[in-house]
Formats: sequence, C-alpha cells, structure tokens
Amino acid sequence: MDLLSNLALGFSVAGSLTNMGFCLIGVMLGTLIGVLPGIGATATIAMLLPITFQLEPVSSLIMLAGIYYGAQYGGSTTAILINMPGESSSAVTAIDGYQMARKGKAGTALAVAALGSFFAGTVSTFLVALFAPPLTAVALKFGAAEYFSLMVLGLVMSVALAHGSVIKALAMVILGLLLGIVGTDIYTGVPRFTMGITQYADGLNFVAVAIGVFGIAEILRNLEDEHEREVMTKKVTNLLPTRAEFRQMVGPVLRGTGIGSVLGILPGGGAILASFASYTMEKKLSKTPEEFGRGALAGVAGPESANNAGAQTSFIPLLTLGIPANPVMALMIGAMIIQGIVPGPSVVTDQPALFWGIVASMWIGNLMLVVLNLPLIGLWVKLLTVPYYILFPIIMAMSSIGVYSVNSNAFDLYAVAFFGLLGYAMVKLRFEPAPLLLGFVLGPLLEENLRRAMILSRGDPTTFVTRPISAGLLVVSVAVLVLVFLPQIRKRREEVFTESDA
Amino acid sequence: MSLSKLLGAVSVASFLAAPAFAQDYPARQITMVVPFSAGGPTDTVGRLVAERMSADLGQQVIVENVGGAGGTLGAGQVAKAEPDGYTVLLHHIGMATAETLYRNLAYETLDAFDYVGLVTDVPMVIVARRDFEPADFPAFVDYVKANADSITMANAGIGAASHLCGMLFMQALDVPLVTVPYKGTGPAMTDLLGGQVDIMCDQTTNTTQQIKGGTIKAYAVTTPERLDVFPDLPTVVEAGMPSLEVAIWHGIYTPKGTPAEVNQRLSQALQSALADEGVIKAMADLGTAPVAAERATPEALKAHLEAEIARWQPVIETAGVYAD
Repeated sequence: MDLLSNLALGFSVAGSLTNMGFCLIGVMLGTLIGVLPGIGATATIAMLLPITFQLEPVSSLIMLAGIYYGAQYGGSTTAILINMPGESSSAVTAIDGYQMARKGKAGTALAVAALGSFFAGTVSTFLVALFAPPLTAVALKFGAAEYFSLMVLGLVMSVALAHGSVIKALAMVILGLLLGIVGTDIYTGVPRFTMGITQYADGLNFVAVAIGVFGIAEILRNLEDEHEREVMTKKVTNLLPTRAEFRQMVGPVLRGTGIGSVLGILPGGGAILASFASYTMEKKLSKTPEEFGRGALAGVAGPESANNAGAQTSFIPLLTLGIPANPVMALMIGAMIIQGIVPGPSVVTDQPALFWGIVASMWIGNLMLVVLNLPLIGLWVKLLTVPYYILFPIIMAMSSIGVYSVNSNAFDLYAVAFFGLLGYAMVKLRFEPAPLLLGFVLGPLLEENLRRAMILSRGDPTTFVTRPISAGLLVVSVAVLVLVFLPQIRKRREEVFTESDA
Repeated sequence: MSLSKLLGAVSVASFLAAPAFAQDYPARQITMVVPFSAGGPTDTVGRLVAERMSADLGQQVIVENVGGAGGTLGAGQVAKAEPDGYTVLLHHIGMATAETLYRNLAYETLDAFDYVGLVTDVPMVIVARRDFEPADFPAFVDYVKANADSITMANAGIGAASHLCGMLFMQALDVPLVTVPYKGTGPAMTDLLGGQVDIMCDQTTNTTQQIKGGTIKAYAVTTPERLDVFPDLPTVVEAGMPSLEVAIWHGIYTPKGTPAEVNQRLSQALQSALADEGVIKAMADLGTAPVAAERATPEALKAHLEAEIARWQPVIETAGVYAD
C-alpha cells in the first residue's frame, strides 16, 4: 500500500507537463552528447549545472538524471557505429556491437541495445522503488576487503573478454593495471610515473585512453585499407531484430539486468563491473562462444542491459545515503546542495515528492528514450554512409573537444594521440583493447582497496578469507578461473591430437 | 625571479593605467576559477557567491573548474593569468597548506596573488561511526587515548580538510592513530557509515545531514562558539583543547598586479553577495555562515593567509607528510 501511494505520488510529480518536458530535454541532450564521441555525461552536467539553478529542484534533478541515462544510451550508439566507447561500460558494447556493424547489422545492434536497456531500466527502477533502504544496508557491508575481492573477480573475468590468445589478453590486462598506477599515490602522496608532469598527478584520463586505443586506432586502421571500408559502409540491411533474434535476446537481457542491478548498488565502483561481468557470463553460457568478438548478439544485449540496470540502481546510494557512486552522482549532489536540498539519509522522509518523483521520472525517461531512439536508428546508421574523408575528421575533432572540455587540460589531448598510436600498434600485433581498458579501470581500485584492507587489518592478509563476503567472492574467482582455463587446456590438447593425426 | 620581476613590471604598468581602467571595470564577464571539480563543497561555495556577485557587478561571473593536484593546478593557472580582474580564484585553506605540502609548487603563494577577501569559515565536526562507545567528548578523548592501537581514523586524502584536522587531532592528543586515506569524502563517509572505520573529522558541509539522520555520531565542533545547527555539541575550546580549533576558510584572490581599485570593487561585490538572504540561507543549510563584512576585505585575507601558512607549516612538518 505504502509503495503504491508512494509511486502514485512519484508519478504525479514526474508526470506533470513541466517535469515531463524537462525529462524529455534531459534524455534528448543526454542522447546527443552520448552520441558525440568524447563528450561524456560528466562534462555535460558540469556545463549545464548553472542553468538548472533557475529551475525547481525536482525539475532540475529530473533533467540531470535524464542526461545521465540518456548518455548511457547514446554512448552505446558511438561504440557500436564507430568503435568509440565514451566510458568503461560501452567499451564492452564496442567489442561485439562494432563487429555487428561491420557485418551490416548496425541497426539490429542498436535496436537490441535500446530494447535491452529499456527492459533493464524498467526492472531496476522498480528495484529502487521497492528495496532502496534495505539494499543500502547490504551495500554498507562492503568494506575494503570485499571490494578487493570483487575487483579480483572482475580481473579474472576480464580474460574472458579476449577472443584470441589468453596470454595476450593477460598481457593487456597487466599493461592496463600499470597505466592505472600513473598518478598520485593516495596513501603517501607520492606521484608515480607522471614523468614530472603535474597535469598527470591525478592519473591518466579514462576518456582519453579509451578514445585512443579504440576509436583513433580504428580510424588509423580503416585508413590503410580503402576496400574494406567501403564494404562496411554500404552493407546496411535490416534495422530491427528478427523474431529469432528477439528470442536470442531474452536470456542475456534477463541475466544482464540481474547482475547489473546488484553491482550498481555498491557505491565503491561496482557498476563499473556490470557490463564486463555480464559479457563474461554470456560467453560462458553461450553454446557458440566462438561468436563472441565476431558480432555475437548476446555480447551486446547482456552488457547493455547490465549497464543500464547498474546506472539506475547506482541512484540508491545517492538517494538514501547522499553518497555519490561516481563523478556524475557527485555533480548531482552539488546540484541538490545549491538547490537547498542537502542530500543525506533523511531525503526520503523529508522530501518524499522529490525522491519518488525522481524514481518515477527514471521510468518515464527510459520509455522516452526507447521511443526516441528506435526511429532514430535509421538515421544513426545512415551516418555510416557519410564518406570517411568527412566522417573521420569530424570524429577526431569532436573527440578532441570532448576530452579537452572535461578538465581544460591539454595533456589529455597528448594522451589521446599517444594511446591512438599505441592502439594502432596493438591492432597490428593482434592485441585487444578491452582487457587493457578493464585493467586500467580496475587497477587503481584493486590497489586502493588492497592497501586499505591491509591497513584496517593491521597487516593481516587473512582478512580476505575470514570475512565471509570477501571469501565468497574469492571462491567464485577461482571457479571462474577454472571455467575459463579448462576449455583452453582441453582445446590445446585437441589441437595437439589433430596435429599428430595429420 | 624573472617571473616576479615581470609581475612587478606588469603591476606598475597596470597601476599607471588604473584610473581609466577601474572606472569601466567590469566591462565583460569574469571567470572565477575553482581549483576543484564541479559539485564538490568548494565548487558549491564558489557558485553560490559567484551568482550573487554577478548581480552586484552587472557582469556574469562564470565558474570554471580547474581541478587537480590538490587545487595547485587551478591556483597556478590564476597566478599566471592576466592581472586585469577578469580572472579570480576561489580557494580554501589549501592555499595556505599547499605552501608546505608541496615542496615544488609552481608559484610563490605570498608573491603570486592579490587579495579580494574571505568568504566563509566552514566549521568541522569530530565524528565517529554510529555505534562508537564513548558518550561524550571527554569520554571520547579518554577512549581514543586508551585504545590508540585499535582505532582507525579516516580522511579524504592528503591535504584534504579531514586530513588537516586529523593531523591536528592526533598532535593535540599526542596519539598516533592508524589513518586510512580515501579518494575524497564520499568513500570515506561510506566506510564510516558502514562501520568499517572508527572516526573522522570533517566539514559540516559533509557531515551535517548524516549527523541529523543519526547515521554517524558527533562529539565536538572545532569552532570557538557552538553552532546553531548543533546547539548541544560542545566546542573543542570548551573541552580545553584550543589547539584543535580549525575552520576551512575560503578566500577570493586575483593575480598579483591587479589594480587596487579592481580588488576593492570585487571586495564590495563579495560583501554584497555575503549579505544576500539567499546566500545566508544556503550557507546555513550547509552548517556555515558568511564572514562578517570587515573580513571580506583584501587586508583581512592577506593577514589570514600569512597567519595560516605559519600555523600549518610546523603541523605538516611534524607529521612528515608531503604531497609530492
């Protein structure tokens, strides 16, 4: 009963003409900036923050939230169409989504991403509504030891991201870990591997690295082979998934939604793992794992759903504790404070209209996104037919502007150039960028939590196995390792046998 | 040396040009550099003040976030900016502590800036996880001293307000606690809420709502007088620990050589912003208040910055922590 009256309150707030309007503006802006390579939700919300001060608090937060999940939708569009992931979650979408696009199935990939996200968004919005306070209590049980073990699990799973050599994937993960170390050590204040450049004191910019190793490298690769490029752009066929493809989607979407919802609740960086985890799971469960990396539908449907579910449930720590789970959430807190609402545990009870209004608007926004995006797919796909001598310079210029706009730091642009070249060398040597990116994202979290857990346990490493949640996660990691390596070993043996037969 | 000579020359030149110049000032929009990311507590203070200063100056004051390296990148950028009053810096206590925390700072703090005025002193609160045993502040002090080996103290990273207050706290009690640094206040607060760490000392901007919500326990405030939001919380001065008195003060600076008239004009705009009902209310919600008009002046800020540099140097050197 309580839930129903709360939801009714929420929909009456979010359903007002004004708030629907701001929600629409938000999701449209979000989609737009998500589609422009390099400009992420963080930069946009930072730029738009001053405008929202004039609005009602509820309206401004509805709009900002719309930008956030709108950008998640838009971000997958660039990942699929031009291999340009704007954030870690869409790096996973890029793996199979871009391959689908190269096979002329860009429309299908985009539709699958949109529908999967909508379903995940709907389910996780209800999770937020139903369970926000109890889920928060669970999330607080996660201390440094638990996060460390979670990150270990994430790293173990990253090996499954590779569709080529496991050794090469491991090498990339480790290179990523090393790159993640660049910056100031938070425990001692010592700058590491910054080469004396103060601008790198806070580490390398994720967007710069991602755009370099994925997007710029892909552009360079495309430029060397004109024939292949034409094949890719002309063969755009069906825009919507077929009945058979719909059936293929169901399982991955359901599992992705589940895994994303759970990980999104953890304020210490769980959402980062959502799409990676879903990808691994789908690849392991698939009857045709060899398709992953070559345009597997499940490799888009699962991670996209997981990502969107995580994006929604990461509002839980923000709304119930006033704790931001990521930089976008930190900006939303800033917006709330300037509006005179100090986020904290009392927001739900003190400002029920605000809390439930935002929850309801999330669902409305997701609905708008799917309605907005499905017809647009045809338009996005047409982008691919733009001649490369127009498209490539535009992509390069937009991504450079986007990267620069985040911190007004020219060194981020040097990083884009450097990682573009590195990415190109990687393509030539058949190393894959996704494991590198995962290592880069997880490395700092892994180290930070390892050292914090050791400080808290006064140097006793058994803390990782004596704390039940942590121990459980480590057990799962070992299980995944076995699952990943057993088929490898078996395959190797088979290869040996076939060779000796011949 | 050549830089300071150059700055000197520019300052003379702009002084000569000042009369005509100052009359027209401000003729276009002003950029307020906040050396931290958007949405943080310093950014919030900056945006609150910038909006009301715009009204008084008749020109937009735009906030630009130049984050990184504990605020020293943004400050360094303003130090090198044109001293024409169109670039100003809003910085907090870190302006004074960076002088000691960073041994190879790109600018001389006391030579590179002119002053507009102080903005606000944000009080700090000594807090603990919800189920921390001691009932009041004296008991808390005794308990911490007796259990120094097992108590953990969180902070939001080197140079952060919580780190500075933590150093003062440990030096005042003369107990070294195990300190647990985090990347920012958010994760530190999360672990305090979850009971993963024991105590912290942080700004009211970050702690007020949690204390009111009963999710963490508050023991004392670090200001000379009790706060309106927490009339029951004793001050550290009442508890006989005046060396623990600390506030996260914020000031507005201009590049060295900015004409005195321009600084005065900015100071006047600042005073009018600080007298604004909306600003007072917004700051009260955060558990702080604007400084009195006589402190929102160039002279007051200059004196305060010098005093604070002198105060923190021995504290930081004793703790032996540096950020480079």
